[in-house]
Amino acid sequence: MSNVASAMSTSANGSIVRRNAVWLIAILVVIGLPFIFSGGVAIAVLNQMGIAIIFTLAYNMMLGQGGMLSFGHAVYFGLGGYFAIHFLNIMSSGSFVLPLIFVPIAGAVAGLAFGMLFGSFSTNRAGTVFAMISLGIGEMIASSSLIFTKFSGGEEGITADRTEAMPLFGLNFAQEIQVYYMIGGWMILATWLMYRFSRTPVGRLANAVRDNPERAEFVGYSQKHVRFMSFAISGMFAGVAGALFAVNYEIVTEETVNALTSGVVLLQAYIGGIGLFFGPIVGAVVFTLLQTLLSNYTEIWALYVGIVFVATVMYAPFGLSGLIAMHVPVLQAGRLGSLLMPYVKIGVPAVVCGLGLIGLMELFHFTGDRAVGESEKELFGYVFNVDTATPWVLFGVLMVGGFILAKRMGPAVFEIWQEATNFDNSGDNK
Amino acid sequence: MAELIIFSLLNGLVYGLLLFMLSSGLTLIFSMMGVLNFAHASIYMLGAYLAYSISSVVGYWPGLIIAPVIAGIFGALVERYGLRNVHKFGHVAELIFTFGLAFLIEEFVQLLWGKQNLDYREPEILAVPLFTLFDSTFPAYKAFMLLVSVGIFVALLIVLTRSRVGLIINAAITHPNMVGMLGHNVPLVFMGVFGVGSALAGLAGVIAGPVLGTFPGMAVALGPIVFVVIVIGGLGSLIGAFVASLLIGFLQTFAVAIDYSFGDLFTFIGMTLDSQSAISDLYTVTIAQLGPILPYLLLVLMLIFRPTGLFGTREV
Repeated sequence: MSNVASAMSTSANGSIVRRNAVWLIAILVVIGLPFIFSGGVAIAVLNQMGIAIIFTLAYNMMLGQGGMLSFGHAVYFGLGGYFAIHFLNIMSSGSFVLPLIFVPIAGAVAGLAFGMLFGSFSTNRAGTVFAMISLGIGEMIASSSLIFTKFSGGEEGITADRTEAMPLFGLNFAQEIQVYYMIGGWMILATWLMYRFSRTPVGRLANAVRDNPERAEFVGYSQKHVRFMSFAISGMFAGVAGALFAVNYEIVTEETVNALTSGVVLLQAYIGGIGLFFGPIVGAVVFTLLQTLLSNYTEIWALYVGIVFVATVMYAPFGLSGLIAMHVPVLQAGRLGSLLMPYVKIGVPAVVCGLGLIGLMELFHFTGDRAVGESEKELFGYVFNVDTATPWVLFGVLMVGGFILAKRMGPAVFEIWQEATNFDNSGDNK
Repeated sequence: MAELIIFSLLNGLVYGLLLFMLSSGLTLIFSMMGVLNFAHASIYMLGAYLAYSISSVVGYWPGLIIAPVIAGIFGALVERYGLRNVHKFGHVAELIFTFGLAFLIEEFVQLLWGKQNLDYREPEILAVPLFTLFDSTFPAYKAFMLLVSVGIFVALLIVLTRSRVGLIINAAITHPNMVGMLGHNVPLVFMGVFGVGSALAGLAGVIAGPVLGTFPGMAVALGPIVFVVIVIGGLGSLIGAFVASLLIGFLQTFAVAIDYSFGDLFTFIGMTLDSQSAISDLYTVTIAQLGPILPYLLLVLMLIFRPTGLFGTREV
């Protein structure tokens, strides 16, 4: 993965104008998106995406940058959401007045406080111990949220009305689009802060502790302390995301703290790629799109997401962003053309295998809960009779055949890939 | 009171031994490969679902044998073609792989069997009460569960301490390289242990399905508890897993039976409490309600203060 590292360092060493250009483009994109996707559903999806981006970036501060695998990060997201929604309700009752856009600060404070509390004893070591403690804390808080119902509202949750907060310049956030800009603004701010954090000495030390804790200790830094800092700040940003969730949906239920939410954020981060700062953004966007758009076409979208996840872990451990970043040096060397044919050779069987898999899954799903006498299922524009063997055999052959072909192509493509990324002879490597 | 204690003991024993059947495989796998297998409880679920399908065709008893065998083969394949490929990316990647696998198995189970609870029942011959004590009855099926679990425990203990295979497994846990040097096929040993562990998990599913219910959430309901058991018991320690399983089993069944809250304690010593205040949840909550939290509290405390567990020699 030295190519990824070199790609990262070249982009980081660009001039100040170039570095800020990324943020300017991001701001323009956030402002411009609602003009392109203006439907109510689109705005709702974009809001969800913004929240997911903050949460996943916060999560990756730990997993990708700090080397801490957490199975309970929903705790900080959910508690941030709960505190934010209680804060919003106190504001609505008129005890004190503050515009709605400051609500995420309540979530940030709650996330930071719980991050410091739980981080104080769980960051002694990384690895499996940390993962187990995070799992334990996650399960504890999730169960507690169903027990202490005065605070959490149990399964019904706590509701609020965001329009009752103090209006800001006449805006009362009744419309989705206003909330969109609030989330967008917070997203840019949080992303920028998290990026800046990763460039501070503490952020760099987090990487050092991730890669070699012993050596970091010898240099004179407490690995526990460094992990604790990452953990607490990650909790804080997760709290911001939770608060934005509370503002957007005006309800926080126990679902926000449970294991599923913790699992989804891990999925998002890993599919996007944990090796690069911007990887989790890719993951959050792709996952939200899959969740919202794919679910229009198929009920078993979660199964496909699971397959994509497992395939990522097995074949592309640096995620989508890692795959993209791998090709940057190749592109710069002008060798992308030589990869085209091999990619077609492996890509076509892979797509065929995927089609076969999707077909089989849909057939299984259809036969599982069809009405009596119903035997025709439309797939890829064709109508199949599921009571005959034809569709089953067809999709089975496509899947197995595609897989075997793709697998057979693998070594050859890998060889060409290694040739294309071998810069030793061309002299542009130091 | 005597009735409560006796039946809580019996139920705790049944539940605890069931946990042991799951945790024995998991703790062996973990201590050998360093992988906490998140999919272990999913294989337990798979066992129950397979047994349901098999039992609806040929009856309960063949299912008791066939379902664990399929689960074991499945586990061995997962190790051979999944985990072994991911191994080169490190332990965190392996952990994430099993996590993804658990997610995937749950989705597959819903795809094939649907989302509803299955009507998976114990065989007719065991669907009778075994004995009646103080108006409460103890079902024969639970006694059967006890018998199977105890049988598994004894068999495992004998195989691991008295046989040549057990010797190699024990050696491979601590010194895999040395065992390899001596000419044993260590990857095969790993695959075998993974397969047998999965078969035990499948068997647990087969016998627990009729009692604890056969539904898509059954893996999520039991999985984290099994982790608690192996951490508390100490890694790689079969005895530890056994003691911790019983401990957690008793803890959960007794907690459910205790209907007192901290508020009762305060009222008992003469304090009056406002049941309407915002923090009233803290003292009106009963021990029974707190039951689900206790194992995790124990897990976190154990990892902080004694990471080797009760009987373990190595840290997690």
